Amino acid sequence: MSIGRRQFLKAAGVTGLLGLVGSPLLKIFAPGELEASSEFREGAALTARRWSLVVDMKGFPTVESYTKCIEACYNAHNIPHMDNEKHEVKWIWPETYEHAFPDNYDVYLSENIESMTFLILCNHCDNPPCVRVCPTKATFKREDGIVAMDYHRCIGCRFCMAACPYGARSFNWRDPRPFIKNLNPLYPTRTKGVVEKCNFCAERLSRGEHPACVEASEGALVFGDLKDKDSNVRNILRTKFAITRKPDRGTLPRVYYIIGGS
Amino acid sequence: MIEKALSGNKFYWAWVCFLLAVIAVGVASYIRQFHYGLGITGMSRDVSWGFYIAQFTFFVGVAASAVMVVMPYYLHNFKRFGRITILGEFLAIPAVVMCMLFIFVDMGQPTRILNVILYYTPNSIMFWDMVALSGYLTINVLVGWTTLSAQQKSVPPPKWVKPLIYLSIPWAFSIHTVTAFLYAGLPARHFWLSAIMAARFLASAFAGGPALLVILCIIIKRITKFDPGEKAVKGLVTIVTYALIVNIFFVGLELFTALYSQVPGHMQTFKYLYFGLGGHGKLIPLMWFSTFLAISAVVLLLVPATRTNQITLLFACASVHISLWFDKGFGFVIGGFVPNPLEKVTEYWPTLNELLVTTGIWSIGLLILTALYKIAISVKVELEA
Ligand code: SF4
Ligand code: SF4
Repeated sequence: MSIGRRQFLKAAGVTGLLGLVGSPLLKIFAPGELEASSEFREGAALTARRWSLVVDMKGFPTVESYTKCIEACYNAHNIPHMDNEKHEVKWIWPETYEHAFPDNYDVYLSENIESMTFLILCNHCDNPPCVRVCPTKATFKREDGIVAMDYHRCIGCRFCMAACPYGARSFNWRDPRPFIKNLNPLYPTRTKGVVEKCNFCAERLSRGEHPACVEASEGALVFGDLKDKDSNVRNILRTKFAITRKPDRGTLPRVYYIIGGS
Repeated sequence: MIEKALSGNKFYWAWVCFLLAVIAVGVASYIRQFHYGLGITGMSRDVSWGFYIAQFTFFVGVAASAVMVVMPYYLHNFKRFGRITILGEFLAIPAVVMCMLFIFVDMGQPTRILNVILYYTPNSIMFWDMVALSGYLTINVLVGWTTLSAQQKSVPPPKWVKPLIYLSIPWAFSIHTVTAFLYAGLPARHFWLSAIMAARFLASAFAGGPALLVILCIIIKRITKFDPGEKAVKGLVTIVTYALIVNIFFVGLELFTALYSQVPGHMQTFKYLYFGLGGHGKLIPLMWFSTFLAISAVVLLLVPATRTNQITLLFACASVHISLWFDKGFGFVIGGFVPNPLEKVTEYWPTLNELLVTTGIWSIGLLILTALYKIAISVKVELEA
């Protein structure tokens, strides 16, 4: 929790007008807190200047290949299986090309692409509209690029859901707890009335673990530092043609898809 | 002055009791929603705002429309509105209260509402909307109340009121502009992503609000001893007519851009609203009904014979108000979510519980309006007696 709070306060420092007065104030009122949390981060935690994810579609030939990623996420984050489709909570889920990339769709696309199933999730945008609109900073961007949420601060106004161009956010229309299949004590459950979404497994990174989906994907999902020019993700992006979802919205999505070719 | 709202005839009390009963049902329904969660409404992951936010948007317009009587009177010395400025200001008060209540009942975690102030975030338009609405409420309460008490005592209103009145004019424009900005700045929703949104909001507000005021004036003349004056009503009707025409013109501009450019994102919602999309079209009848009402209202308001006849005038003004209510208080907000960002269609329809909460809030608005109008009219009647 302390890391989330620290990151949030830092986010406050760079976001908007408040930041101008926020960070000096912070130094006056909570000088020790910053120090303490920095030490915490240097332990086993995985860190980056800009986390990003590459989805290599070659690695998802079967239904099983992507379901295990989804299940890993559901189990790691206590995501409820709601019985009513309208109340669904989804962090990472499968879509066809037509729906994942609606702006690039054409009826004469290759059969190969038509048959593919794309895993979609929050893009952890570099310029995230969800952060821009949130009236409480319950949604905030961390220094490492992860767009995170404070479930205890969210007032459930759902402005962020209207603002996200990717449908990446879910709202708890009712108490989700009875719908959780395997409770993971390492991650909090949510209450009714708050929004949630993929957090790039921030809690696992802080324990030195890779995101749950990445771990389950057996190499099909590659997670790394976009700002490190020698990182795994940069090496892939340098040599393979990758696309992002709806780049025209100016959100700078940081989840890349490699669809074909070499 | 407040005691004037506490005395009245049988009908007055029957009306108040009726409103209280509807409010009680609304409160009970809200408690139900509070315990179950917003899943008790028709909203969904795809259509994540519904009736509540749509009503909020509509009533911001009603609140802003007070400026249409305040501005001509104070800025242009349009004397005929002298008798009804207080009615405009006192209409704005319940309208803003309703807006706030609609936001409140829409929140997933209402007990955390103070987070908006504790962690104030100026880059969120929601923050500015809160500032604009609470400021506007304060201004109208102060101005309305002090000018009326001054009138009652037959003294000129205190000096500090004048600047507040002038401030209320740009402020009224700002509340609806900021409300439009809630929508018009979102890269996710093509339908709302339109520079004309604020202008269109204002035009529809200046048609719908004064239309309601005309209806109220006619009712007041009927059931009380106060006559708002034919000339004042005429002035209002002119405003309604032109604002309505401007609004229709703005909608036409939107349609042209969407349909002629053929950019799918811009067209899809219009298709959904008026013709249906992928076999889904729950809102089609409402949208056409709204269009029909708007056009017939224009005709009734432009033809001198129907404009001057009280029955047809009443009919025209009701048409304006209802038409805009369907358009803004329903289609506009729901339409923005259809299709969803993945270009799938999920439809929305309010549930009974949602409607009961809504009627509860309307009744709170009506109750405040009734009390305020009762006070204002009693004062005016006493002065004239
Ligand atoms: S994908 Fe949506 S929720 Fe995720 S950062 Fe971007 S705008 Fe926000
Ligand atoms: S629902 Fe929560 S996270 Fe989303 S904008 Fe509102 S307060 Fe922020």
